[in-house]
Amino acid sequence: MRKIVSLLLGVALAAGMMTGCGSAAPASSAAPASSDSNAPAAPAASAAEEKGTIVVGYAQVGAESDWRTANTKSFQTTFVPENGYTLIFDDAQQKQENQIKAIRNFIAQEVDYIVLAPVVETGWETVLGEAKAAGIPVILSDRMIDVSDDTLYTCWVGGNFIKEGEDGVKWLNDYLKAQGRDNEDINVVMLQGTIGASAEIGRTEGVEKMLKENPHYKLLEKQTGEFTQTKGQEVMESFLKAYDDIDVVIAQNDNMAFGAIDAIKAVGKVPGKDVIIVSFDAVHAAFESMIAGDMNVSVECNPLHGPRVAEIIQKLEKGEAVEKIQYVDEKVYDQTNAEKELPNRLY
Amino acid sequence: MMIQKLKNKITGNSFLLMITILLFAAMYIAGVFIFADKNFGKMQVFLNLFISNAGLIVAAVGMTMVLITGGIDISIGSVIGMTCMLLAWMMEKKSIGAVPAIAIVLLVGIVFGFAQGFLVAYLKIQPFIVTLAGMFFARGMTAIISSEMISIQNPTFLAMANAKLYLPFGGAVNKKGVMIYPYIYPSVIIALIVLAILFVVLKYTKLGRAIYAVGGNEQSALLMGLNVRRTKMKVYVINGFLAALAGFVFALNSCGGFVEQARGFEMEAIASAVIGGTLLTGGVGNVIGSLFGVLIKGTIETFITFQGTLSSWWTRIVIASLLCFFIVLQSIFAAIKLRRAK
Repeated sequence: MRKIVSLLLGVALAAGMMTGCGSAAPASSAAPASSDSNAPAAPAASAAEEKGTIVVGYAQVGAESDWRTANTKSFQTTFVPENGYTLIFDDAQQKQENQIKAIRNFIAQEVDYIVLAPVVETGWETVLGEAKAAGIPVILSDRMIDVSDDTLYTCWVGGNFIKEGEDGVKWLNDYLKAQGRDNEDINVVMLQGTIGASAEIGRTEGVEKMLKENPHYKLLEKQTGEFTQTKGQEVMESFLKAYDDIDVVIAQNDNMAFGAIDAIKAVGKVPGKDVIIVSFDAVHAAFESMIAGDMNVSVECNPLHGPRVAEIIQKLEKGEAVEKIQYVDEKVYDQTNAEKELPNRLY
Repeated sequence: MMIQKLKNKITGNSFLLMITILLFAAMYIAGVFIFADKNFGKMQVFLNLFISNAGLIVAAVGMTMVLITGGIDISIGSVIGMTCMLLAWMMEKKSIGAVPAIAIVLLVGIVFGFAQGFLVAYLKIQPFIVTLAGMFFARGMTAIISSEMISIQNPTFLAMANAKLYLPFGGAVNKKGVMIYPYIYPSVIIALIVLAILFVVLKYTKLGRAIYAVGGNEQSALLMGLNVRRTKMKVYVINGFLAALAGFVFALNSCGGFVEQARGFEMEAIASAVIGGTLLTGGVGNVIGSLFGVLIKGTIETFITFQGTLSSWWTRIVIASLLCFFIVLQSIFAAIKLRRAK
């Protein structure tokens, strides 16, 4: 609240000056120095004055999903003054132009590191060129960028979508074996994400590669459900009309899986038993669905990038080289461990 | 008598303009004090206001001109989005050179403005409705050209986008030990040239006086023998051109096209113009004020990134309060003038 007050004071000061009340200046400029944050997760602005902390500017996409919020929290709890950091956080409200502005401001205030979770892949040459000229390393988080010169960023941290896809089918192999169905022919349908999204491309590749390794699997059809619950349900309904012996649904995110579960229930089948549900992301609601017995498995897409980025920064501080591409650890959760894991989930 | 009335309006305008400029100066100086430890006082922070908002300056200048006639153009955000996409698509997918591609998008802007101007001026359709249709059309076309995002890789275009123009003074060594001179990009020069031209046109030419007259009172303008329809037509054509030019400037900053580009940009342009002292009822406004409107918005954004923990949504809230402040100020001002006239 104090921070807001200090900002409003700035405006009030402006109004004050207009009426010729110049003496207001020192009073309000002193206000932020004495203000302390009452949000424990967010570092106080005055911490930037402390000598020796590493200042990290994080240009975040926005707050469009639980995944994103968990990602933000991960940075806000990792880059705290107790760990020797000051975090300058900027929410771009899903607009690239805001991120470009934020990065320019980071460069101007001479942060030590810039972390960027790009809204879009394109258009980063100019502003990252400015960061490079100023000697500030840029670490990309979550999404990749499309630039001709890859020295514009130090490294990228994110999920390995191909491995996620493979892990999903690996789990399926083990599960069918445990059920004694490993010599049966298995009919699979897949709900893809938005075509062209990196999560869709990677997961489709990983899943298809692993499905081909086992001749018992038959991929009947794949179609996009655009990562949404409604579209996932629609597509699943049409799959169920076209094929009456679907054994497995692979949904490339949890939302589409929820849609598919509703569609399966609507035709009187039992999700999780008649039709095995393999999903991705492992959001909070997916754990509830697994505990209820509807969803069988969800492969995690880990949003907790903060600690990994901190590790990279520590290495860079020591002058060590870092790998250009760095994957975060991702686990597979199914009905056997969902209940135990649920209290630990942040998203 | 008409001339006396015009004079009054312009004096009133300069009063509102003074307030805007003072507000900007006060905010900026406050920033220098509050963020003294974070280099807010550096030359580059000030120049960044222009670099990051060059497109908005061009758009706001055009918008101001339209608002002075008593009209509005809410299509410009979409036109900017379409321009970026069209530029990216022509250069990357059709291998058209950078210069012809830029010429084509500017032409498209003019044609777009011509169509909207015709509907507004000659068929007397509400500008809001005409440009609402224009907004949907341009956004739709953007998606039709390509629903996938296109990255601009054209070397000529990138050279233009990345051509830093260094100032010969004010250099400083940063924390990393790198000597950096303050710089701007060509986009800033374009924005300032547009501003200067529009300033001269509005203040010193026949067209400029006609624009104020049409916005002040259409009936009297008609009686004075001004060609109201042609004036309006010209304004929308110029604004179409400026929207495309803003799109080009925007593309210099973001080097790519995608469907969601510059969504809501028209509202930012309108807000900047209003903060700069332009009346939505027409007849009053000044492009210099709009420039300061843009700079005030930029300063608030800079405040928030420098502060580091505030949600960026506070920008909107502060802008909203400023808008209220200025609207109230304007209406008080209008009321005083009305009493004086009686």
